[in-house]
Order: sequence, then C-alpha cells, then structure tokens
Amino acid sequence: MKILVAVKRVIDYNVQIRVKEDGSGVVTDNVKMSTNPPDDNAVEEAVKIKEAGKATEIVAITVGEEKAQETVRKALAVGADRGIHVKVDGIIEPLAVSKILQKVVEKEKPDLVFMGKQAIDDDCNQTGQMLAALLNWPQATFASRIEVKEKSLEVTREVDEGLETIEVNVPAIVTCDLRLNEPRYASLPNIMKAKKKQIEQINVSDLGVDTNPRIEQIKVEEPPKRKAGIKVANVEELVQKLKNEAKVI
Amino acid sequence: MSVLLIAEHNNKEVKPFTYNAITAASQIDQDLHVLVIGLNADEVAKSISQVPNVKKVIQVDNEIYANYIAENFTTAIIKQADKYSHIVCSANTFGKNLMPRVAALLDTSQVSDIIKVISSDTFLRPIYAGNAFATVKSNDPKKCVTIRPTSFDPAPTTGGSAEIVKADAADKTETTQFVKREEIKSDRPELGTARVVVSGGRGMQSGENFKLIQQVADKLNAAIGASRAAVDAGYITNDHQVGQTGKVVVPDLYIAVGISGAIQHLAGMKESKVIVAINKDGEAPIFSVADYGLEADLFEALPQFLSELNKLNTIQK
Ligand SMILES: Cc1cc2nc3c(=O)[nH]c(=O)nc-3n(C[C@H](O)[C@H](O)[C@H](O)COP(=O)(O)OP(=O)(O)OC[C@H]3O[C@@H](n4cnc5c(N)ncnc54)[C@H](O)[C@@H]3O)c2cc1C
Ligand SMILES: Nc1ncnc2c1ncn2[C@@H]1O[C@H](COP(=O)(O)O)[C@@H](O)[C@H]1O
Repeated sequence: MKILVAVKRVIDYNVQIRVKEDGSGVVTDNVKMSTNPPDDNAVEEAVKIKEAGKATEIVAITVGEEKAQETVRKALAVGADRGIHVKVDGIIEPLAVSKILQKVVEKEKPDLVFMGKQAIDDDCNQTGQMLAALLNWPQATFASRIEVKEKSLEVTREVDEGLETIEVNVPAIVTCDLRLNEPRYASLPNIMKAKKKQIEQINVSDLGVDTNPRIEQIKVEEPPKRKAGIKVANVEELVQKLKNEAKVI
Repeated sequence: MSVLLIAEHNNKEVKPFTYNAITAASQIDQDLHVLVIGLNADEVAKSISQVPNVKKVIQVDNEIYANYIAENFTTAIIKQADKYSHIVCSANTFGKNLMPRVAALLDTSQVSDIIKVISSDTFLRPIYAGNAFATVKSNDPKKCVTIRPTSFDPAPTTGGSAEIVKADAADKTETTQFVKREEIKSDRPELGTARVVVSGGRGMQSGENFKLIQQVADKLNAAIGASRAAVDAGYITNDHQVGQTGKVVVPDLYIAVGISGAIQHLAGMKESKVIVAINKDGEAPIFSVADYGLEADLFEALPQFLSELNKLNTIQK
C-alpha cells in the first residue's frame, strides 16, 4: 500500500497570535512556524503502518511557499520516503488545496491519503472531505484509531456524542485527530539521512488548477477582550459573589 | 434566493443545535427550507415544521440514511442543491464532516464556523483558535456555510406550520460501512447547551478524582467538561473535551478546575458569561479570562465549594 500524507506549515501552536494593525491579517514575520499539529499524527500513523509491514511507500506533500518544504523535510526525517512540494504563493483556500491534491493523487495513485483534521491557522476543517469528494473516495474524518485490514480500514472517529466506528474501502481519505497516536521526534541521524531524500518541486501553474481565492478577507481584527476579573480570597467569598453579584447560582 | 438548512437529528428527535442554526440561516435569508435526511424521521420533520422561521420541510426518508454516513447524505443534498443560493448546517462534528464534501461537489469555497451574519454573503468567523476574527465575503454563486451554534440563540420551536414535502433518496455508497456508535448516555444537561459547565483538567490527577467535579455538577445541574489533557490522560471520555479541537460552550457559568488555560482550551469557553477558575498556580493563564479566580488546591477547594453550596437555600436550575 502507498500512503500520501498532506502536511501544512502554520504558525506554531505556542505562539501568541498578534493581529496586524491595518486589519490585513496576523503577524507572520519572525514568527516560529511548524507543521500543523494533527499532520504530525498523520505522518506518524503512516510510518507505523509501514513499520508493521502494511505499507510500502510514504510520500509527504505540502502546498505552499518555498519555506513550506520544511514540513516535508520533517516528515522525511521521521520516516516518509519521498516528498513533493507544490509551490504557490499567497493565501490558498482548502478548495484549491484539495484540487491540487487531486491532481497529485491522480498521478501518484496512492491507496490512502492521510491528513490532519483541521489546520490551526484557518481552522477550516475542510480539505480532507473536499479531496474525498473530488476523488469520489470514502472519507473517515477525525480518526482516533485506525486498523488496516485487507482492502479496507476500520476507523474510530471522534464525534460530539462519543465515538463512532466505520469501515471504509481503500482507496480512502483519513483525517487525523491528535489522539490518534504520539508523534515521535526525529533522531539526529535520521534528520541527516532525510537531507538526502528527494523532494520533487511542482509549480502550481503546471497542474492547471485555478487557485484564485473565492473568499475575500475583508478585515481581520482582535476579538473583544474580556474585562479583568478579580481574585477571591476563599470559597465562601466565591459562592457569595456567584450568588449575589453574578447571580448565576 | 433561498436557504437550505441540513437538520441534525437521531431519527427521533431534533438535535438542539439545529434550532440555533435555524436562527442563523433565517438571518441569511427569510426563505428558509430545512432538509431532513433519515429513516422513519417523521417526528423530526414534524417538529421542524413547527418552527415559525421555517417555510418548508423537505424529507428524504430511506433505510440508507439509518446511520449518518457523509457520502450518502452528500448525494441527497446535492439532489436538492439547484434551487438554493445557500446550503448551511451546524459547525459540529455532524456538519464539519458533511459540508465540505457538499461544497467541493458544488465547486464552492466553504465558509466555516461563522459567528455572525453580516449580510447574505459576508460573515464573521474566528481564526487562529479565536485569537482573531475575520470578516469574509464569499464570491461563489452558491454558498456553503457552517454555523457555530453557540453564537446564535435557538429559534422558537412552536407556532409555525410549514408544509412537509417528500423527496427521493439518492444512490447509496458501497465503500463506507457503518460499524458502531459508542454514545455516552447521561442524565446531565448536554455540554453544548448547559447553563452551567464544570470542567476538570490535568490537575484532577485521575479519573477517580472527577467524582469531586461530578458532585459539584450534580448540585448545580451542570454539564461536565474537560481539557484535552484530561481526556488524553484517560480521566474522562472525548465527548467532554472543550476547546479548539473539541466543543465550544457558552454557558452562563463556566468553572475551570485544575486547567491552566492554554489558548486551545480558551477557544472553547472564553465567551462564557461568567468564568470561575480554581487553580493552585496564581500565574496560570486561565486567571486572565476568569471573572472570579480562586488560587487554591482543588482537593481542598472542591469539597468546601460543595459544602458552601449545600448551605444555600436555593440554587438556580
Ligand atoms: C492543535 C492543538 C489543539 C488543541 N486542542 C485543545 C482543545 O480543544 N482543548 C484543550 O483543552 N486543549 C487543547 N489542546 C491542548 C492545550 O494546548 C493544553 O495542552 C491543554 O489544554 C492543557 O490541559 P490542562 O490545562 O488540563 O493541563 P496543564 O496545562 O497541565 O494544566 C494543569 C493545571 O492544573 C493546575 N493544578 C495542578 N494540580 C492542582 C491542584 N491540586 N489544585 C489546583 N490546581 C492544580 C496546575 O497549576 C495547572 O495550571 C490542543 C493543543 C494543540 C497543539
Ligand atoms: N497547504 C496545504 N498543504 C498541505 N496540506 C494541507 C494544506 N492545507 C490543508 N492541508 C491538509 O488538510 C488538513 C485540514 O486543513 P483545513 O481544511 O485547512 O483545516 C491539514 O491538517 C492538512 O493535512
């Protein structure tokens, strides 16, 4: 089985986000960037499946500017075999990413595509489902457990009511939750070895995909701030305030 | 222009957030139709027809919709999509799973998780775990939108009498099989809609210790929430997780116990009306959003809190 894993470069989850004063977006200059966290889980799961002898090749792909390659390099360092970087500048919407991935899937013919369930920058939670639709493949979203069977996957999904299990035939798209596994760290020797692995660069214009945004970002602003609260001295005071001041109990 | 809302239900009852989504959908356009896809879901269709804002209910009833399989629901929606300018549904795991699949087939760039309708094509939505709000305008002829239910009041459930029309099922997918659903049933109010939520974090140290949270929750008729760390550690099941990658809650009172207040957690609760934090670390970021902060060891504070509550003559339910 061949697995394609999609990894996105985003502002690191620990960074305190700052909104630009002109309302055009958030500050990204000199800000630490990392792989979107659940995409690390997607890579990890692919590597585990390969280690279990159930996959033959793992290809990591990213869509983005030149530096987005770092995420592919990181995937190579934890066990992906080869990388693809589709180069495109500027904002790119999930619909366009899914169309680009569709082209690559048609060429690479993987049996599975693993992705994160949500990018923590745009919080869209769309790309995997869109790719599944475009390919007319089954989708298993928000996966917290994957069992590889002969020609299918059994996937446990995290849903609002608890857990749901479905079985999807291969080929399929899986979007991963953070609880799927514990991503490993790359060892130094593996980081060195990854430098020799190949990353193919594709120019988005060669794929014939229209990436023009359909959604205009009119402005980005800070959310309203909560007014400062107080510290209470003890539990009695807390209960008294909740009862008589906030009137919520 | 007409709006098609996809109802969420379990074939017997309408899921409460459908009513919040109805409010948002009717702000987009008054001509609101609701699609009920299910099996023997007549009661659901009937309940929705009684919502005053709803102009028409379209019911697609077939055994292939007994369980919620996104592939099957998508084709049923696409069959109806022609007549509508907007297709909308709640931004919970139901809608998040479904809507992008619909949007891609309609070649539409979806607008996810809106918290305000500015006009029929312009919406407000949080990005970066709610650390920024973006005003976005969709230029697609047909718009697919998911709605953050807690940002809209539920629509009234009685007084209307919309017509209910039946529509045909679409083809069944052969590639996805439903296996099972493990739902955690409880007598408590639902986390998403509860008036009071008491949440525990890694500071609880064990699942056993969540008893302390339960006792307080029982007293306040509250739902129980948790941080991702508490769920990851196995103290409590995933359906309790509040945050960027869990549920968004906006109760009148949110009590965070042994939770540090990472931005990913705040993303799910910082719109709550009154926030209480109980944490032994006075520097914990949760205090920056708390109206009332109590710097204390939770293992002393929670039993005391319970006994103080027991002293009260009345407690709001
Ligand atoms: C992509 C991504 C998505 C995420 N999504 C979510 C999400 O949806 N929801 C979420 O919650 N997190 C989420 N997280 C995780 C988040 O970053 C934090 O790791 C998590 O919220 C921490 O949980 P916590 O506050 O319970 O644990 P900790 O940060 O470990 O805090 C425990 C707190 O308990 C206090 N404490 C300990 N003992 C006691 C005691 N005896 N009495 C009183 N206080 C005590 C400590 O002082 C500390 O402040 C996400 C992370 C990532 C990367
Ligand atoms: N530019 C991109 N490059 C590679 N993968 C992406 C990109 N954008 C989104 N993805 C994948 O799609 C998932 C969901 O993203 P989103 O739909 O934006 O929330 C991410 O976790 C990635 O796995």
